[in-house]
Amino acid sequence: MFNNAIPHELALQHALKSALWAGLRFSSETTTQRAVRNDKPERNESSLEEGVMCEVLVDGHFGHAATADLSLAGLQRAFDRAVATTRATSGHKVHAFSATQRPPANGKYTSARQRNLDATSVAEITDCLLVASKAMNVSDKLVNRSASAMIVQTQINFFSSNGSETRQSFDLVDITLSATAAEGLESQTRSWQHTGQFGGESFDRDTFAQQGERVAQQALALLAAENCPSARMDLLLMPDQMMLQIHESIGHPLELDRILGDERNYAGWSFVKKEDFGHLKYGSALMNVSFDPTKSNEFASYDFDDGGNPATKEILIKNGVLQRGLGSLESQARSGLPGVANFRSASWNRAPIDRMGNINLEPGTSSLDELIGEVGHGVLMHTNRSWSIDDYRNKFQFGCEYAQMIENGALGQVVRNPNYRGVTVDFWGRLAGVGHTDSTFGTSYCGKGEPSQVIRVGHASPPCLFRDVEVFGGQA
Amino acid sequence: MSTGHGSGGFAARVQAHFDAVAARVLSDLVAGEELTINVTAEETLFVRFNSNRVRQNTDVEQINVSLCLQSNGRTVEKSRTMSGDLESDQAALTRLLASCRDEALSLPLDPDQVPVVNNGVSIEEFSGALLAPEDVVPSVVASATGCDLAGLYAGGVSIRGNRNSKGQSHWFATETFVLDYSIYNGPKAAKGCYAGSTWNASEWATNLERTKTLLALQSLPQQDVKPGSYRTYLAPRAFSDLLGMLNWNALSAAAWKQGRSPFKKLAEHETTLSPLLTIEENFSVGLTPRFNSLGEVSETHLPLISGGVLKNLLVSSRTAKEYAMVANGACAEESPRAMDVSAGTLDEKDVLAALGTGLYLSNLHYLNWSDPVSARVTGMTRYACFWVENGVIAGPIKDLRWDESLYGALGSKLMALTSHTEIDPAVDTYYRRSLGGSRTPGALIEGFTFTL
Ligand SMILES: [Zn+2]
Repeated sequence: MFNNAIPHELALQHALKSALWAGLRFSSETTTQRAVRNDKPERNESSLEEGVMCEVLVDGHFGHAATADLSLAGLQRAFDRAVATTRATSGHKVHAFSATQRPPANGKYTSARQRNLDATSVAEITDCLLVASKAMNVSDKLVNRSASAMIVQTQINFFSSNGSETRQSFDLVDITLSATAAEGLESQTRSWQHTGQFGGESFDRDTFAQQGERVAQQALALLAAENCPSARMDLLLMPDQMMLQIHESIGHPLELDRILGDERNYAGWSFVKKEDFGHLKYGSALMNVSFDPTKSNEFASYDFDDGGNPATKEILIKNGVLQRGLGSLESQARSGLPGVANFRSASWNRAPIDRMGNINLEPGTSSLDELIGEVGHGVLMHTNRSWSIDDYRNKFQFGCEYAQMIENGALGQVVRNPNYRGVTVDFWGRLAGVGHTDSTFGTSYCGKGEPSQVIRVGHASPPCLFRDVEVFGGQA
Repeated sequence: MSTGHGSGGFAARVQAHFDAVAARVLSDLVAGEELTINVTAEETLFVRFNSNRVRQNTDVEQINVSLCLQSNGRTVEKSRTMSGDLESDQAALTRLLASCRDEALSLPLDPDQVPVVNNGVSIEEFSGALLAPEDVVPSVVASATGCDLAGLYAGGVSIRGNRNSKGQSHWFATETFVLDYSIYNGPKAAKGCYAGSTWNASEWATNLERTKTLLALQSLPQQDVKPGSYRTYLAPRAFSDLLGMLNWNALSAAAWKQGRSPFKKLAEHETTLSPLLTIEENFSVGLTPRFNSLGEVSETHLPLISGGVLKNLLVSSRTAKEYAMVANGACAEESPRAMDVSAGTLDEKDVLAALGTGLYLSNLHYLNWSDPVSARVTGMTRYACFWVENGVIAGPIKDLRWDESLYGALGSKLMALTSHTEIDPAVDTYYRRSLGGSRTPGALIEGFTFTL
């Protein structure tokens, strides 16, 4: 209904009086957050973020002004602001751009989903959350039993003076169940997450009950478990930790805007250099990584980025060798390197920058049992709980919620506070086994940029085996 | 130099708009309903720099209004962007209230609902003298000619306001800028921040000179420091980075009750921190409003840790209701909003001598709890960090990973705090410019643990 209400053509005509090119991105996003804790409602909130980013090309420099006033006069005022500021700053521009960085694009995208989220009632969702909270009540030691769902519905329409018209509509679900067991000064948390482009089919009572009970039982098991031992050993990471490993040590260092230095004052630079593409041996020959915006239900699937660039699957790392970076048409023009369609903004009030989308590790040939069978002495870790890496993306330290020792090819006792650390290229060189079946995860909160933006990313991966890694536990 | 883009204009316009839309939506309430309304608004010019040139400039004007409805024991909150047009915004809020009302019908009772009361009326306004938009870039880059400078200028008016159906009314508007930047010599870098309400060219030049001095020190020979435990000096900004972890569950009463607090031992008086450490919430610095989203007004000074002993956790009214505690004006997240750490006695000029041999860290990076139960934190060193030998800076280090319990670093290992403190303004710009900041001294710590 809002699509036609915006006088985009007249506003763009107005902008063209002063700009060589103009674009207008309308974004409307409704985020609903519902949470139940210890069987009581904790949060029922929704927000509507709606407005337009007016973008102009003046003297070879792209500049932006955001407004929530969607009238023609409002859009014209915003374009006038964008033109004035951009003209004033263009003498100091970092690069001379042209309209080539905004190719004309036309098309429509709708999230894959079985059931429209609008058809899912408040009562249905609340019921699922209550079912999970109750299912976690397996012992008095479960001091915190929380179930939450974030439901996002987004419309992004992009129009430009060189004929772009794209309309993309997203349904997104991010569900978290979390159980904390505590006794004395010790406490342990176990969680489950379901994140992706889904509809109302995500709200299945039985799944909430099963997963609720599982995380509660595992939190109790962790409370009774020994600390993870500290030693070098083999490490088998499950997909819900691989997600973080891929995100921090592949996704971010391959962002071309980081390599170009844009992020140096905030998120950081990168150990990857422009001349590394096509040469750098990033990891073992088992390592194949893609940028894949086409994967159905994955969190960051789309047809066009926010500059109108059509999104296609691209291979970033092939048989362990770095091929391609995560850079938009602007970063490609600045660096002379190939990139991907990843020019994305967090909302109507932010300019697009290079972002991860879906960054996936391609499946290999092993079953999980075969991977476990290849380990003499090691540990299997599930679900990220702690993450930290340096500003060049070299020295990382990650912690997980839940781990099991592996001895002589068999899974053994549960251990708590499992952590590991390493250095990116050395670590990926230790990749010795890749599962044949992947699972898909995602997060709503990848932070980057000045001004800062959080964005949704997806990561699919099979379980992966790494040889001889520094593993350690918590304080005794 | 000129007054910022429509400074008084924007604040006055939003205030009149908020008054009108709030009055209308309050008049829509029916018996059995109570309503709390919040507004956040900003008019901001963001300019991003790389290589002392402009990467992106974005002008943002935004107003957001939230309604929190209590209806028959249920609680629903909804917010939306305002267009700025009075008639359409009034209609939009009337529809939003109706949808809150509808939704309340299908929700369970909220037993921890906090009754709406009148916490009074307050108005705080701070105006500034910002650069005109067209003057921002020339003013920043002029002093930095020849520098490889990266960073963000964010300047304009920020607003927070609150009303409720019991007659409560709060208003906070401030006009400020932040230039958060770093400068580079190849991979060597130093960080600075120039913030205030009046742009002053010579202050900016002095600020930049200080950062250039830190960068120049990195031309000394690089030092190879192996993992291990070293006496370490955290400059005020680095100490502020470390204490930033207290925002993450450590001082929250709800986190403590729910088994999520890394400071459980401290909260249950099983342990204490160093007698040198005193931390309070201090709103007299004026960086952020004293009222929270319920319109409750915090005491100007709220002691958190005194002489190493926990005095108060941050308790929101909702937590107080659920766990029968006493609320102290905390925000819903129960994190500090105006953290002020008392100075110590170590004079700035004596820092290197007191450090003797060890590490001098200007900034930390990417902190996270690595073992929450023992309050252990991991993170990296960043920007200007040096190896010091016998009280003399030997040279810069390669960045190191560290992993250390706050019970140690803020406890028995804390040797001294400096007599000088620095304000570390909140520079976050997620969703909107944030307000607030912290004030911290530098800290000398024995045996800080570096792991990689
Ligand atoms: Zn990220």
